Order: sequence, then structure tokens, then C-alpha cells
Amino acid sequence: MAAMLHTIGVASPVASGGVFPDHQSNKFAVSSLHSLPMIRSEARSNLSSLHESYRAGKLIAKAVATKGENAAASGASKPGHELLLFEALREGLEEEMERDPRVCVIGEDVGHYGGSYKVTKGLAPKFGDLRVLDTPIAENSFTGMGIGAAMTGLRPVIEGMNMGFLLLAFNQISDNCGMLHYTSGGQFTIPAVIRGPGGVGRQLGAEHSQRLESYFQSIPGIQLVACSTPYNAKGLMKAAIRSENPVVLFEHVLLYNLKERIPDEEYVLNLEEAEMVRPGEHVTILTYSRMRYHVMQAVKTLVNKGYDPEVIDIRSLKPFDLYTIGNSVKKTHRVLIVEECMRTGGIGASLTAAINENFHDYLDAQIICLSSQDVPTPYAGTLEEWTVVQPPQIVAAVEQLCHSNGRISCN
Amino acid sequence: MALSTHRTTTALLRHLTPAISYLRHISTDSTSTITVETSVPFTGHKIEPPSRSVDTTAQELMSFFRDMALMRRMEIAADSLYKAKLIRGFCHLYDGQEAVAVGMEAAITRKDCIITAYRDHCIFLGRGGTLLESFSELMGRKDGCSKGKGGSMHFYKKEGGFYGGHGIVGAQIPLGCGLAFAQKYKNDENVTFTLYGDGAANQGQLFEALNMAALWDLPAILVCENNHYGMGTAEWRAAKSPAYYKRGDYVPGLKVDGMDALAVKQACRFAKEHALKNGPIILEMDTYRYHGHSMSDPGSTYRTRDEISGVRQERDPIERVRKLLLAYDIANEKELKDIEKEARKQVDEAIAKAKESPLPEPSELFTNVYVKGYGVESFGADRKEIRAALP
Repeated sequence: MAAMLHTIGVASPVASGGVFPDHQSNKFAVSSLHSLPMIRSEARSNLSSLHESYRAGKLIAKAVATKGENAAASGASKPGHELLLFEALREGLEEEMERDPRVCVIGEDVGHYGGSYKVTKGLAPKFGDLRVLDTPIAENSFTGMGIGAAMTGLRPVIEGMNMGFLLLAFNQISDNCGMLHYTSGGQFTIPAVIRGPGGVGRQLGAEHSQRLESYFQSIPGIQLVACSTPYNAKGLMKAAIRSENPVVLFEHVLLYNLKERIPDEEYVLNLEEAEMVRPGEHVTILTYSRMRYHVMQAVKTLVNKGYDPEVIDIRSLKPFDLYTIGNSVKKTHRVLIVEECMRTGGIGASLTAAINENFHDYLDAQIICLSSQDVPTPYAGTLEEWTVVQPPQIVAAVEQLCHSNGRISCN
Repeated sequence: MALSTHRTTTALLRHLTPAISYLRHISTDSTSTITVETSVPFTGHKIEPPSRSVDTTAQELMSFFRDMALMRRMEIAADSLYKAKLIRGFCHLYDGQEAVAVGMEAAITRKDCIITAYRDHCIFLGRGGTLLESFSELMGRKDGCSKGKGGSMHFYKKEGGFYGGHGIVGAQIPLGCGLAFAQKYKNDENVTFTLYGDGAANQGQLFEALNMAALWDLPAILVCENNHYGMGTAEWRAAKSPAYYKRGDYVPGLKVDGMDALAVKQACRFAKEHALKNGPIILEMDTYRYHGHSMSDPGSTYRTRDEISGVRQERDPIERVRKLLLAYDIANEKELKDIEKEARKQVDEAIAKAKESPLPEPSELFTNVYVKGYGVESFGADRKEIRAALP
């Protein structure tokens, strides 16, 4: 990973206190905005080296385990520092808040409590109560407030304690966040970030296990991204804050304790780009967020059985990175989508349509889309397990895809 | 004897008349203070209401008259344009309520923010919008303030501090508190006026936003433009407590005669001072709309024509200022009629010009959906490479 990065000088942070100081009141001077260290995607040229590193068996992280067993294997000599995903999010947020005094956090229990998933821990003592604002339980209004503040040039990061709670703010997100730039003829930009954990957790019950990406995906004017590793969590958080467009950053409740080694240098990731997790030849598996880990678990079994799947973490849920996906489809001719959204109207449904429209000629078989069941997530542990896609199902789907012509066509 | 004196006096007066009119012009432009009593005293809730005596100048009164005449003309012209099918969709007219717009403008600067709902044409004018932008937007033309892509309910003027223009009832209230939050964040001694109607006063997000504004002492002034009807539902049928200025409970409130521009000015000035020191305050403007809720509503099924004409006769904001101007001898009937004719002419010219403005290009369908990103663009499947160009 480190080899791919350009060495970037860290942008000098803008001094900040608790309340935005008087003498700078109308000068949101962010000189470093234009020296943004953006990662140039060198996915194509570095494919071979990535391939090698994967052949050597160095998978980054696995499932929902709290300990990353590969971290030790990476060796102490590797540059960078190790941290958990929620710490990576916090690091990204903190760096952006230091860099630009317009960045502020709005949400329930983000300040004094430190955030219900500790993403904002330590920020309120550092930046003050106005920049890390504890709100009452009023999602509709504080989301609206954040958007109103964004209209004047502030860059709020609005946290929904659970993505499901943001349904109460749907009007604000859809009409005001997504559409204001258009309906004002370009006069107002809404550089807000809306983030929070979603997805199916550990027996949290139906209302706390919702996947809002499927509800938000039709809203024009917003971008949706989903993070899945500490590395991309920090990069996407920073990119989302710096973007002039409203971005919804989907985190997952079960991924907060993933550990990974990330670079010390500052880096920002491309919001519209997908991540090549494992290059391969036989089948393209498209996934995002937690399902990435179920896929990688299934990949172990598949590799033992002789398959060579290509795994892409699509990361950008709106717009889709059809470039990376398209190139993969052209190579493998088979597509499996593994997602946590429900079958009806989910991200997978849209992705299936997009791939069919754009790459129909390259497909040798029908696209298989594995999604969660169209049911409210039950409380009972076994039932909950059956609502989401499990690795054995993924293995079965790949086998079905590769044998779909009546012969083993993947070798 | 008397007759000859009279003739002499008349002759004398004839010579003097030019001088008198010259004097009158001086007083028209004069900035010497005139003190006027508002017709109705203010009623306060948990606050000491301001005095009924409002200081104004001849200049200001003339500007009130001019602006309100222009606004009234614009709304009536919009009515005709709608019936001629040049304006489509929803068109919510503000005539009758002009005093709120001009009175508020007189009390504040362009650095203060105003945000309102869909009855926004006149407030847009007050904030520095032009008639051409207004009519072009209504007719969906390129020269509109939102490039024709917003329509009647989405007028915005960023330089004028006008934040819209919102279609969903009540959704602008949290936005307005967000504007106030940003003002507090930047410490810039400005306030935000968040306007909403008596219908929106029953929205939950109003109370949520009010709670937060009061909690953090945001410089937010919530103004309820109470025209007594939420579309077709009268206020007593929708609200258990139609005393909207009291519904803030812990937030002080003031009830104002919204048809009296001077009362509105006094209240807004008072509210601005209060908000900068003590946090939010609610103003209830007791006003009235002559048209129905929108152009699709005749406005007479839920109220009598007698009521409408009664208000028009007794409380019309323009008539009130006209009477003041005549009483203080700042202008005479003819001059005021000329001003109204001038307003009509300006509106007609603007409409003619707006009609010539072209419709937006088809490519405009896709502009302004996203801000051109941070140097990185993705174009879909035929994108040749992902490029990160540093701006």
C-alpha cells in the first residue's frame, strides 16, 4: 500500500480555538485547500504488484474480528501506524477540523460523550462545544440546521447515531441537501457530510439494522460512499469533507473495531472510485461494506477449490465506478453482486441494471445478485444470520456462475 | 375690500406655488424624523414590548410606498400571467402582506439573512432581486434568478442574503436556525429572520429548531406571517392555541400588526437587538392575503368576499402609507398616482423583457446537480482514466 502513495507534505493546520476567533471572522482562509494531496489512482499499473502481494496471502483484514491477525504478520518494519476503523475515522475528521476551521460536527452525543461509537472522542475538549455540537434528539431539525449552515459556507459533518434515525430527516436530506444546488441555479453549495453506522449488527432488532443506502440512492445531487477498512474510512472521510457536494458516508456497526496499518502521510481517496481488493480471472464479485469480509472468507474456500475470483469493493454507491467495474466485466464475463441491502430496490438491483445496460455484450451468464432477504431484521440470532448473505451462499453462487453453461468454463 | 385682498393673495400665491413645491421636494427628500404611532400596540409574551412610537423619515415613507406599489403590481401581473398560462405549476401571491417585506428590510442590512417558504416573490424583491429575474424565473426562462430551474417556490439571492424559497411547509425553519448557527459560529453580529406561516406553526420541526436555537442562544428570529388561513383551513380549525407568538413558551414573543409597515419595522429592529443579546424571539405578524393560497385556489370558498374587501378597505398596507404621506404633506395625490403608474410601467417592461428571455438550453438539465468536484471527475463506463487534477 505504502508504495503506491506519493509522498505528500502535510498541509499546515489552521489555528483554531473553541469558537471561531473574531479576527478571522470573515476570512475562512484555507490556503492548503489547493495543495490537496490526492492519490492518483494507479490501479492499473500496480495491478501486478497487488496481485503478487495477494498471491503471497497477505489479506488486509478479516470479517468482524476485533484482532487483526495479519497486523503482526505485516512486521514492525512497515511504515505507518496501526489503528482501529473508528480511530481512523476520527483521525480523518480531526485532521480536517484542524485544517479548516469551517468544519464542524453536529450530532447526538458527539461532544461530551465522545460519540456512541467513539468516532468523535476527544474532539469536543480540543475544538470546543460549538464545533462539536451536542444536539437534542431532533434529527429532522439538526440535519436541517447543518444544511442551513452549509448554505452559508460552513462544512458540517452531521452524524446520525444510527443511519436508521436519519429517516426522520429524509425531507431535509432529499429536498434541501440534494436539490438546493440545482433549484437555486447553482447559487448555493451544500458541502455537508452525513455519516453514521448502519447495517445489520448483532441482534440489534429491526429498526436499528436498516440499510439506508437503498432509500437514498435515488436522491439527485448527493453522493453515497461506503467505507470498509480503516484505510479507506480515513481517506473517504477526508474526501467527503473536502468535497463541495453533499456526501453520505455509510459506516457499518460491526466494522468499527477492524484493525489495519495505515500510512502516516496525509492521503485522500477518490470518492467515485472502486477498490480492487483481489484481482482475478474467473468471476467478478462486486461488494461493499461488511459483505466484503464475507466475500473474502468465501474466496478462501473458492481458491482452495481452484477458482480465481476478482473482488471489487465498489465503495462509491452513487455514482457507480462503472469504469473499474466495466474493465473487470470485460475480463471475467461473469458478475456476482454481494450486498447487504434488501433484494427489492437495493444497491445491487441498481448495479445489476447498470451493468446489464452498459456491458451486456461482455456477459457470459446472467448476473447473480445476493442480497439480504426482504424482511425486517429479526432479533433471534439464527434468524438474523439467515437474513444476510453468508459465505457458503457466496461459494455456491460462484460455482453456479462458473458452471452455468453446462460445463466448467472457468478454467 | 376682502375680494381684492383675496385676488392679491391668490396672485401672490401663484408666484409662490413653485416655491412651495420646491419646498415640498425638500421635505420629501428630507431625513428629518417624523414620529408616527402604530395603529395597534404591540403585545408581548415574556418580554416588554417596544414603544408604539416609531421614528421614520419622509424618505423612508416614500420608499415604503414605492416598494410596496411595485410589489403589489408584480403580484397582480403574475396573476394575469398565470391565467395566460405563461406561469405554470404553483404560484403563491403575496399581495396584502407587502408591509412585512418592506418593514423588515427597513430594519436590517443585507448581511442579515432572510429565509422563507414559498410565498417569496416580494421578499426576493426586497432583498435586491430584480423584476426581470423574478418574472423570468416564474416563466421558466434562462434569466431567472435560479436559471429557470427553480420556479416560483425557489427564488434565491445569495448576495442579498436571501436563502429562499422552499416548497415543503416548515422545512425552512431548521435551515433558518442553521443560518443563525453559522452566524454565531462566525461571530459576525448578524441575525437570521426565519419566516413561516400559521399553517407551518403546527410543524414539529419548528419546536425542535426553537429548542435548539434557545438552547444555544442563536441569533434567530422566527417570524410567523399569520394570514389566518393555512390554505383552506382557518387558524382556529388548525391550532388549539392560535396565539402563535406565545407558543414558544420559554422563548419571548411579540405580536405585531403586520399590515403596518412601521410597526413591522419597529418590531424587527427590536427583535434584532434582542436576538443578538439574548437569543431567539418569535414575532407574529398579523397580516392578510387577498389572493387565495395559490393560483389554484379561488380563496373564497373558506372566507367571505366581504371579509376580503373589508380588510382591503380598512387595513391595506399601501393605503395606510398613502394616508401618512398625504397627512404629513410629503406628497400629493398626483405624485403618488405617478409612482403607481411608474411601478406599472416598470413591471410591464420587465415582463416584456422576460418574455423575450430564452428557455434554458437542454444541457442545463444536467448542470448544477453536482458541483464540479474536487478536480476528480467520473464520466461513467467510457471514462478513459481516473484523473486527479489538482485545482
